Amino acid sequence: MSSTKEFIVDGKGLTWTVDTLDQLTQAEIYGKVLTDMARVRPDIVVCCADLLKSTKLREFQRTFPQRVFNFGISEQNMMSAAAGMSLEGLHPFVSTFGVFASMRACEQVRTDVVYQGTRVKIIATHSGLSFGQAGTTHHCTEDLAIMRSFARMTVIVPADSFETAQVIRALVDHEGPAYVRLGRGFEFPAYESDQFEFKIGKANKIKEGDALTVIACGVGVEGAKEAAESLEFDEGISIRVLDMHTIKPLDREAVQKAARETKRIITVEEHNIIGGLGSAVAEVLAEEGVSVRFKRLGIPDTFCQIGYPEDLYKVYGIDSDGIIKAVQEMLKV
Amino acid sequence: MQSPSLSHKDVSFLEGRAYDLRRKLLLLTGKIGGAHIGGSFSMMDILVVLYHRFLRVDPQNPRDPERDIFVLSKGHGAVGYCLVLADMGFFPEKDLDQFNQTGSRFGVHPDRHKIPGVDASTGSLGHGLSLSVGYALAKRHLKRQQRVFCLISDGELCEGSTWEAFLAGAHFKLGNLYVIVDFNKMTQDGSLAETMNMEPVRKKLESFNWSVREIDGHNINQIVEILENLPEPKENTPTVILAHTVKGKGVPWMENTSVWHYGGLDEEKEKQALADLAHYYGRNGK
Ligand SMILES: Cc1ncc(C[n+]2csc(CCOP(=O)(O)OP(=O)(O)O)c2C)c(N)n1
Repeated sequence: MSSTKEFIVDGKGLTWTVDTLDQLTQAEIYGKVLTDMARVRPDIVVCCADLLKSTKLREFQRTFPQRVFNFGISEQNMMSAAAGMSLEGLHPFVSTFGVFASMRACEQVRTDVVYQGTRVKIIATHSGLSFGQAGTTHHCTEDLAIMRSFARMTVIVPADSFETAQVIRALVDHEGPAYVRLGRGFEFPAYESDQFEFKIGKANKIKEGDALTVIACGVGVEGAKEAAESLEFDEGISIRVLDMHTIKPLDREAVQKAARETKRIITVEEHNIIGGLGSAVAEVLAEEGVSVRFKRLGIPDTFCQIGYPEDLYKVYGIDSDGIIKAVQEMLKV
Repeated sequence: MQSPSLSHKDVSFLEGRAYDLRRKLLLLTGKIGGAHIGGSFSMMDILVVLYHRFLRVDPQNPRDPERDIFVLSKGHGAVGYCLVLADMGFFPEKDLDQFNQTGSRFGVHPDRHKIPGVDASTGSLGHGLSLSVGYALAKRHLKRQQRVFCLISDGELCEGSTWEAFLAGAHFKLGNLYVIVDFNKMTQDGSLAETMNMEPVRKKLESFNWSVREIDGHNINQIVEILENLPEPKENTPTVILAHTVKGKGVPWMENTSVWHYGGLDEEKEKQALADLAHYYGRNGK
């Protein structure tokens, strides 16, 4: 599996361009699945804003050139236009980087995509710190908080490309709007294939355990899985791992069950600890009145440093090492 | 036409800087794994002339309140921009070996908190011109005589915010605001014309009540001449220069294509690019 760092071999790097990048990552799976679905769903169209290649929609374009609408670099315009297309009966899948989908076009999403009552699907790529080298203008660590606060919005963070495939298939039959947060496609996969049971709003139990539950989304799932395996192998500690792919509507039952059965919960997300998965889980715990030991791993309310994603996950403690450390600390007391 | 104040020696100095910085950019690309080559090459000649001859900035005092402001609105040109800043002495060129690396000051896009000489953290397209309008308004208000330069890409013309800023620039009569459009006719997905037709650009800008000029953005003489003859900052009309450029200028197989918007080079490709660039500048292998 590729990692961003593979491109960095001092003086002997790979030759690649924006045209070939999708062949080097697993990000292309999204475009492939959407193309497959579009074969049987003639109402599916794609909207993009000069990032067709980066958002891995070239195969879709090759297959259905008439069904791609490139608005140039005008995300706000694109978002409201997609809403209009949906109101007239099309099923638009809108793609741009997460930072632009959620923040540049924020009010267009809230008022036009959501409030007007559309079924626009926003597929936001390069989210979280997946384009960490690009600096703060391209870091996207606030989107879940924003999108989660829109009434009627569904918010999904797939763990990897295999789960992304599942999400896309599910969304084709999903009536309302949705925000799907993807990375850059370099992520290590958490699943072995796309053949597993998936339902929007229902957490996947990746590993059973009773000492503690790690509730993760996105890249946190693979990290948590790895952490759980080594804790079990090295220290005989058995922790539960939940892939909480749907941030909204949250699987409250899975959270309650974890609280009751393991008494300790750690959340992991590639997002500010304010407003995202950790906050959503905390809300459930507080409202249910269950008392647990609780910790949120994520970005500690700061703008992040520049760097390769896998390095930044380490810096902010959301990789497997960081998760192991947090688990050990919580179990100590 | 040769600008009267410009000697042959000056021209060859500026051309030499542009060649050298393009060369360094290719070497850096190989080293760090990938860079925005196309858009850096299209604006390189403009930046070299602007910094070496016109901008009143002090590398020893980068936040001098009496300085000219320069906003690189197309922040993805950071790699080319930072090479120019290093060339001016804002920081040692060796620091750029850290470009894109974890913990570095230098990311794919420039950050004003981290890089001396950078006036705006850009990278989200369509912000720079509005920021520049603000800088220019404040300079006016504070009775500062310096000028505000903003370099935007033609792709940014697709953003509504860019046109809101053009409206405001004319409305507030910001004669101290000078915009350069890196008009390379290419964006990321392909040509601007195919992605979102922008023509007639000149007429659009004129109808927004800006003073519009056009140059060949790779002709050092023309760049110098236009910058030498800009209206005074106390004037009432803002100026926009449509600089006709070529994305990837200098390496023929990178020119006029969006393919090399962003990319990496292995040893062989790097060697070839360096040789082709040298050939373009008539410097066989130097
Ligand atoms: C608001 C926003 N949308 C999208 C992008 C992603 N992006 C980076 S460069 C680019 C297009 C490059 O074309 P252009 O702006 O014309 O620049 P140039 O050709 O001069 O490199 C895009 C779409 C961005 N940085 N900001």
